[in-house]
Amino acid sequence: MSNVMIYGEIKAGKIKKTAFELASEGRRLADELGGSLSAVLMGSQAEQFAPELARYGVDTVYIAEGRELETYNSEYYAQALAHLIGEKKPEIVLIGHSMQGKDLAPRTAAKLGVTAIADCVSFQLEGSTLVGNRPMYAGKCYAQWIAIKSPQIASARPNVLEIAENPKAGTVEKVSFSPDISRSTYVTKDLNLDTSDKVDLTEAEIIVTGGRGMGGSDYSLLEEMAAIFGSRATIGASRASVDAGWRPHSDQVGQTGKTVTPNLYIACGISGSIQHLAGMGSSKVIVAINKDNEAPIFTKADYGIVADLFKVVPEFNKELKALLAE
Amino acid sequence: MKSLVCLKQVPDTETQIKVKPDATGIVTDGIKYVINPYDEYSVEEVLRLKDKFKAGEVMILSVGPDRTTEAIRTALAMGADRGIHVNDESLNQGDPYLIAEALAGASKQVEYDVIFCGHRAIDDDFSEVGAMLAELLQLPQVTLVTKVEVSEDKKTATIERDVEGGRETVEVPLPCVLTSQKGLNEPRYASLPGIMKAKKKPIDQKTAADLGIIAEARSLARNFSMPSERQAGKKYENMEPAEAAKAVVQALRNEAKVI
Repeated sequence: MSNVMIYGEIKAGKIKKTAFELASEGRRLADELGGSLSAVLMGSQAEQFAPELARYGVDTVYIAEGRELETYNSEYYAQALAHLIGEKKPEIVLIGHSMQGKDLAPRTAAKLGVTAIADCVSFQLEGSTLVGNRPMYAGKCYAQWIAIKSPQIASARPNVLEIAENPKAGTVEKVSFSPDISRSTYVTKDLNLDTSDKVDLTEAEIIVTGGRGMGGSDYSLLEEMAAIFGSRATIGASRASVDAGWRPHSDQVGQTGKTVTPNLYIACGISGSIQHLAGMGSSKVIVAINKDNEAPIFTKADYGIVADLFKVVPEFNKELKALLAE
Repeated sequence: MKSLVCLKQVPDTETQIKVKPDATGIVTDGIKYVINPYDEYSVEEVLRLKDKFKAGEVMILSVGPDRTTEAIRTALAMGADRGIHVNDESLNQGDPYLIAEALAGASKQVEYDVIFCGHRAIDDDFSEVGAMLAELLQLPQVTLVTKVEVSEDKKTATIERDVEGGRETVEVPLPCVLTSQKGLNEPRYASLPGIMKAKKKPIDQKTAADLGIIAEARSLARNFSMPSERQAGKKYENMEPAEAAKAVVQALRNEAKVI
């Protein structure tokens, strides 16, 4: 029987939404294979999340516990995950392509002698073979990737797979795990997280981005817009604004920054280089505000306003505030 | 300080990617190849480390076809000392595990204090090879690094790395594998004397057999396709800013239903 396993990422004491996306997709695949769906969580605080995973279709939740698993560490987490994969023998393993997933999935895969099919945006089955559809060249093209060896490990882009409720038992099984600590690893000295609820670009539902047209580091108009949308929105930047030092590099959208897939992408003062368009072209809805009628961004925008952003955005914010206050 | 930089040659980011009619890959004719941008940060960082310790060696390691020599040469022109080019058709299957195996095989033949990789190659976008290489060499990895401080005794490094919504500081024993993220530094350009000197710097050629590797890919790609073409939507021109803003906000609510 072919079973499916997902890895549920916990960060700062909360389970990430990606875990529910993976659970929903994992359920769909497990049903098609006639198998069961399990989830792996790490750490002694993880049990509280089992009922939520059950809601999205998880049959069994394995909780790996051990002193070394209380905070994330690539080596020990990869050891624990590889151990559980070896023990429970799922045919398919899904991980989120978050920063932690990018750190964990390849290390786990290498321990098992396989490649993880990274950053997939959809999956289908051919018999028991998992086909992962993934963008390449930051989305300038796509290809179907297949893992030739078992277990088939794949990572999924956050915010893309559909969440669907499908209540199952979610039976909890605790597994105590002592990693091989002879393998040296790093020690976290300081974790400096932005304490606001600001979501990461790759996980935001709404992104407000400013480019060269911002003319400087004052992004208060865009910050105001993001604040009106609330915690599901965040700020992005073009390469031009990052290279000019107006915004931190972590804000950069594009081929040499982040590839994003929000529900709504609002580009302000961005002309739309090929690298930028590749990085945001799969956003569900795109709004562009730019005074240059010829800007390439307008070829991708669902709604384009040809005007000075400094005149439009304040009005936009006013309208938005009134509408969302209703 | 002896450093090894794993470098990949990739299509320039300006490249308009086209898929072959038989969907087996992309059209490579006329593509201009460059050093993967994240690997340039790696090269710059190890050159700075060599300067800091006033001794050592900077080695450039790359797996790829003949043209890869140009990318290695460019890194040598930036100031690296020597290159290792793993050039074997059997390895060029685009499989991250196979590349990590080749890099691990070549790494085992040299001495190093640290290995740098780009955190991601901007062509296939896997973000896997650095971590896989670390695992295959049984070394610790620190991914997405934006600041590196190596201790005087070269036994540990204090690293800053990107995490979602913040930054983490970690201490890692050397040798280790680090993957470079934007923000690490500002890479230098190759100088003219650098370019002249690079012509005489050695590049070792290796095959899979030299590294004791049997090329067995763990993944395969097929059915390449272009993204669905987005149609330009409505344009609001020559309107009062307030009117245009109102029209778009209303459309986002009533038509697109995203707010």
